[in-house]
Amino acid sequence: MRFDQRHLLGIEPLRPDEITTILDLADQYVTFNRSRDKHANALAGLTQINMFFENSTRTQASFEIAGKRLGADVMNMAMQASSIKKGETLIDTAMTLNAMHPDLLVVRHPHSGAVDLLSQKVNCAVLNAGDGKHEHPTQALLDALTIRRAKGRLHRLNIAICGDIAHSRVARSNILLLHKMENRIRLVGPSTLMPSGIEHFGVEVYDDMRKGLEDVDVVMMLRLQRERMDGGFIPSEREYYHRYGLDAAKLSVAKDDAIVMHPGPMNRGVEIDGTLADDINRSVIQDQVEMGVAVRMAAMDLLARNLRANPKEVMA
Amino acid sequence: MTKTLITNAKLIDPEADSVSPGAILIENGVIAERFDTPAPDVAGADIVDAGGKCLAPGIVDIGVKVGEPGERHKESYGTAGLAAAAGGVTTIVTRPDTTPCIDTPEALEFIRRRANEAAPVHVLPMAALTKGRDGREMTEFGFLMDAGAVAFTDCDNVVGDTKVLARAMTYAQSLDALVMGHPQEPTLSKGAAVSSGKFATLRGLPAVSPMAERMGLDRDIALVEMTGARYHADVITAARALPSLERAKRNGFDVTAGTSMHHLTLNELDVADYRTFFKVKPPLRSEDDRQAIVAAVRDGLIDIIGSFHTPQDEESKRLPYEEAASGAVGLETMLPVLLRLYHSGELELPTLFRALSLNPAKRLGLDAGRLAKGAPADLVLFDADKPFVLDRFKLKSKSKNTPFDSARLQGKVLGTWVSGQRVFEA
Repeated sequence: MRFDQRHLLGIEPLRPDEITTILDLADQYVTFNRSRDKHANALAGLTQINMFFENSTRTQASFEIAGKRLGADVMNMAMQASSIKKGETLIDTAMTLNAMHPDLLVVRHPHSGAVDLLSQKVNCAVLNAGDGKHEHPTQALLDALTIRRAKGRLHRLNIAICGDIAHSRVARSNILLLHKMENRIRLVGPSTLMPSGIEHFGVEVYDDMRKGLEDVDVVMMLRLQRERMDGGFIPSEREYYHRYGLDAAKLSVAKDDAIVMHPGPMNRGVEIDGTLADDINRSVIQDQVEMGVAVRMAAMDLLARNLRANPKEVMA
Repeated sequence: MTKTLITNAKLIDPEADSVSPGAILIENGVIAERFDTPAPDVAGADIVDAGGKCLAPGIVDIGVKVGEPGERHKESYGTAGLAAAAGGVTTIVTRPDTTPCIDTPEALEFIRRRANEAAPVHVLPMAALTKGRDGREMTEFGFLMDAGAVAFTDCDNVVGDTKVLARAMTYAQSLDALVMGHPQEPTLSKGAAVSSGKFATLRGLPAVSPMAERMGLDRDIALVEMTGARYHADVITAARALPSLERAKRNGFDVTAGTSMHHLTLNELDVADYRTFFKVKPPLRSEDDRQAIVAAVRDGLIDIIGSFHTPQDEESKRLPYEEAASGAVGLETMLPVLLRLYHSGELELPTLFRALSLNPAKRLGLDAGRLAKGAPADLVLFDADKPFVLDRFKLKSKSKNTPFDSARLQGKVLGTWVSGQRVFEA
């Protein structure tokens, strides 16, 4: 079991065996979380700061619970309301926080690369909770854990990622992870929502959802990121739902035991049919939320072990 | 006035497309004689022994940003001039995108005065094409030319309203003024930080297709055909823009084009983990594009290479990539950086100086850029082979935003003469 990372900034720098290490440990935390007494000491004495420059309820809550269950002192900072509004730069904010000696910094930021930039200026371990359209590594890891538990493996699966790929950091992290673990990846969506150069990512691209979902094991739906669009990507939501919204008819071409995933929050009736989302035989959307806490516990646990093993390894 | 004889030189002559041993006699600010022997006998001359190193016409750099007025903390005429001299640049042609911009004869006179006081090299100003560079109303071309404006440009603020640009170019034509455009389709490239493609998607950055450059160029060339204006495209970086340029030249339009030192020597992958010192405008392109642009310089399709020297302080660069300012300093590093292309066998030295000195001088109607008798004694002496590691904190610019920090380069400027005066000695 090896995990050689100082930060968790993305899936891109991870080796396949490191991904497996996180998922194996996360499996143990799933069991732990289901027990009545869920308090451990892996992060005891450590300070975890959740710094969200972008609105988030679910991810922030997940990180907060994960930290608390492992005994960390957790603090949430809503950065939209804070000094960033007073003109302080990201670097200054990072240096200020750094002076308070946090051990784990969980950061979400609207700009791609901002978490990377911040990690260069602090002494603690930094976890990327989503940066712009770049990466959202813990989401990809929790999706991987969900798939592995539902399908019994995380390789040689046919996985379709559907919808707004262009604006999605979840899609990028998932493509990187599922590719590293040797799965067949299909991307399904209108060509206006496909990012440029996507043909170089080792994926198959479909603009016809019925073809794209044929014989797949996993259907990952993405949220239509209306807030990231500057207009004109799709003609209307109703046409989008007609062509790319997941419903029972479109799902019928997938394998009979195909699972349906969604990172949330869902736009019911835009990208997914409400009844299907609630179908406990197909939808693993609630499992994804559960796995999210376990994966974040595992990631923070592993980073904290490295932090304790190399306390001297700090930035100048 | 004293005579200076530079002996034992390897003369890089872009006009004759030759490299040959020789000597140059400087007197009264001009090249008084050119000798084909390395050590001619000239009575009463101070001798500078070039030691077999390269002597070339000084660089004429079109598109230099100096922080005056408005951002003197980033670069003054003094520091820009020192950086230019240290880089073998003997004429800097300044951009009007200052704060406020140079759109009146009064503003132009201010910078000419500052430049004369502070800079040891020639400074020729360009003026804005439209008032406030906002693309609505043309500036006073006539007055500005009387005050010394050598060209008109709104820099990277593309004039989006084609009717405004058509009128400005028509008026420019009547005055024989040179219009410098920034070929870019502005609505397509709005907000873009990198070129579209795999790298942009991997990094999740807003991107623009290089095709936006061709669209901008096509429009501008159509306006040249319509108005007869003299036109120079500031930076061509995309392979797909080259056929349009080639066609325009073949049709005999008065069109020239430039490119930047960065687009000739770097590609989009150099941005790596969001390194903002590599953020330039237009964004760095693919390696295929870079090679096509180098070939276009070699073939003469692209006429001019510039540094597009853009000083930015640390605060403007230490930001998330999308928010960080664009541009890099280049006056001092341009020659050593471009010598990479010489060492890699991509460009010969006379070709390089054709694009750095001869062509820009010609385009602006200057007598410089040549090693001929009677030409201004604007010269650069350099050792094309000397290796060194660039330390950005040793640059003479006030701003240190170079993408070549810690780069291993080969080629150092040993001396620079402006109108016969030695302004730099290594």
